[in-house]
Amino acid sequence: MLKNRIIPCLDVKNGRVVKGINFVDLQDAGDPVEQAKIYSDGGADEICFLDITASNENRDTIYEVVKETSRKCFVPLTVGGGVRNVEDINKLLNCGADKVSINTAAVQDANVVVESSKKFGSQCIVVAIDAKKNGDKWDVYTHGGRNNSGLDAVEFAKKMEDSGAGELLVTSMDRDGTQIGYDINLMKKISKRVNIPLIASGGVGNLDHMVEGIKKGNASAVLAASIFHYGTHSVIEAKEYLNSKGIPVRI
Amino acid sequence: MKLSIVDYKSGNISSVINSFKEVAKDKVNIEVTSDIKKIGSSDKVVLPGQGSFKSCIEALNNISGLVDELNEFAINKKKPLLGICVGLQMFADVGYEETETKGLGWISGKVSKIDNQNGKYKLPHIGWNQINIVKDSKIFKSIENNSHMYFVHSYEFIPTDDKVISSTTDYSTKVVCSVEKENIFGTQFHPEKSDKTGLKLVNNFINL
Repeated sequence: MLKNRIIPCLDVKNGRVVKGINFVDLQDAGDPVEQAKIYSDGGADEICFLDITASNENRDTIYEVVKETSRKCFVPLTVGGGVRNVEDINKLLNCGADKVSINTAAVQDANVVVESSKKFGSQCIVVAIDAKKNGDKWDVYTHGGRNNSGLDAVEFAKKMEDSGAGELLVTSMDRDGTQIGYDINLMKKISKRVNIPLIASGGVGNLDHMVEGIKKGNASAVLAASIFHYGTHSVIEAKEYLNSKGIPVRI
Repeated sequence: MKLSIVDYKSGNISSVINSFKEVAKDKVNIEVTSDIKKIGSSDKVVLPGQGSFKSCIEALNNISGLVDELNEFAINKKKPLLGICVGLQMFADVGYEETETKGLGWISGKVSKIDNQNGKYKLPHIGWNQINIVKDSKIFKSIENNSHMYFVHSYEFIPTDDKVISSTTDYSTKVVCSVEKENIFGTQFHPEKSDKTGLKLVNNFINL
């Protein structure tokens, strides 16, 4: 039976780990390679790096981090943030990323998803959707949550599936950093609309939120940062809890 | 001992390289190459594969003499070869991803889309699933039955002869997840991404 995955996410800026609270107020919390290794040794099913380096001159720091991590971690590594085109994807894959997540570039031009999934295979193309509630629907935001594209998140998700995305990483901007739980309705709507796996993100504050994300939101995987990062729970604790709630996990 | 990882410019093989280097340390000479002479003189070959069946076969054919050399290595000389993911799928006679494409024909069978029961199951089959070992295989030495391995694929290899199947996994159907025929080994899952258990398999292949 296929297991639901738990994915710790590390926000990386200039080669260092930080965690955003609603995309601002960053706190430094360590070396990404070391953190990733701790997570993979601790039972993480996958590791996710989100590169939030703003300036172009420091953009190359992520490549070194990915190279170093992939030599030490033997679970899948997903890297996103600032991925603009097929060449960026190629570079990250060559450094040892197993999957690359595309956000703004996918919104601006779906062909980036079409081309890259053809070239590298859908298995390594993740489209990251930052969604914010607007009335009874959700808008897709780009540029790290700064710009509203005006696109409907559910329909955009479908379009990304059709373009060749292998997975969707759906973040509720309303919930991100709040620790009040995933936006279950958003997850449910998108996972119903598409037939590719959905990774739920944004808002985990306790282990019950993960259970909800999988059971009610129908997510294949749950992504979390702060809950693991500041030691509230370990990955293995999370897995044991999910297991006790009848969710299949790799233990 | 010399082990070659075939670099035929298709998909991302860094993780495969990293895992073999991690396990081999300095004991084994790991070569990442598309040079047919180097491949021919190796003791073992790893054939990775990512992307579609069609694109991988095309990429193999793009390197002059490579398919012949691999045939010589695996079929005539009967030296150990491990195919990973699409690397395994290419053993088949034919694949149906994108369009009908002729495979290497090493193990009789076809590669077709996983039956997801009309959308009941998500595709790709991504994540950790348990393997049911159905045949004693050297590459599973000290790997327990029902161990977790990491999968990511939408197509599966369906061999004509069940006897080549060494493990299966339960998804929408019983999916073939490894095969063994004499000196030819293949895994649908990714040992290079399957944590310590996966590295054990890599080690088993190196130590064959």
